[in-house]
Amino acid sequence: MNIAELEQQLLAAARSNPPSDGVPYAFEQRVMARITSECLADVWGLWERLLWRAAAPCVGVMLALTVWTLMSTSSNGSSENLAVALENSVMAPLARLEDSW
Amino acid sequence: MECDDAELIAAVRRGDTASFEPLVRKYQSRIFATARRYARRESEVEDIVQEVFIKAFQKLASFRGEAPFEHWLMRLAVRTCYDFLRAHQRNREVTLSDITTDETNWLDQFLADPSSRTESAKAAREIVAKVFEKLSPPARLILTLLEIEERSVKEISALTGWSVPLVKVRAFRARAEMRKILEKMIRQGYV
Repeated sequence: MNIAELEQQLLAAARSNPPSDGVPYAFEQRVMARITSECLADVWGLWERLLWRAAAPCVGVMLALTVWTLMSTSSNGSSENLAVALENSVMAPLARLEDSW
Repeated sequence: MECDDAELIAAVRRGDTASFEPLVRKYQSRIFATARRYARRESEVEDIVQEVFIKAFQKLASFRGEAPFEHWLMRLAVRTCYDFLRAHQRNREVTLSDITTDETNWLDQFLADPSSRTESAKAAREIVAKVFEKLSPPARLILTLLEIEERSVKEISALTGWSVPLVKVRAFRARAEMRKILEKMIRQGYV
């Protein structure tokens, strides 16, 4: 059996009849409608991409501020000092009230 | 590149989306003919063609105008068809047992006298379509371009983005793959 000959005959048959190049009615309008909708979607896509890009620097800034706040509070004094300062601030109006009596 | 194409492309690049429509109208028949070589269902063909034009619109900025727009578009079409073949590789459940009576007659006639020109080209084309469905995506692409469209190795290299030696290697493997399928089909009595 000659497979090469069979292959050649089959391919020749396929060659002799190219596929149709017919186009469905108003196909270009369908493509244009899709492109237009993709353009609109793209604006939102751009906004989304920008937001995602901004997320990383924001997290970075937040972490830097957290570290900076922790460092500054630890260098200023212990949590005990903070508690005293808070108490003084809260009690300050009451102390002023006592003085006026 | 035709002057018309250049003007339309420049207008699209400036933001005039509507200028893309004449380009679609001009080239859609060629893209349909190409897509029909790789997909049999009309809905799949339409999806491929639509994807080609959407990709063309999105990538128009990368078109440098050194080659005709049609060549650039055909490259995009061939690559989209190849992506389609790869994506649908596992969904295809075509078996050679689907061979019809006409196709069996064609094969019988060929086996009785291989040197004779067998009648019914339609049956032969259907056999080719079924054999091609069984091929791997690279084999199908390369045989379509090389044997059916009769393109040169250099042209195929430009269309697919594969190097010339890779095209030659894949063509060799594709022919072997096709012969293997044909042998199997004959050995099993077309079933």
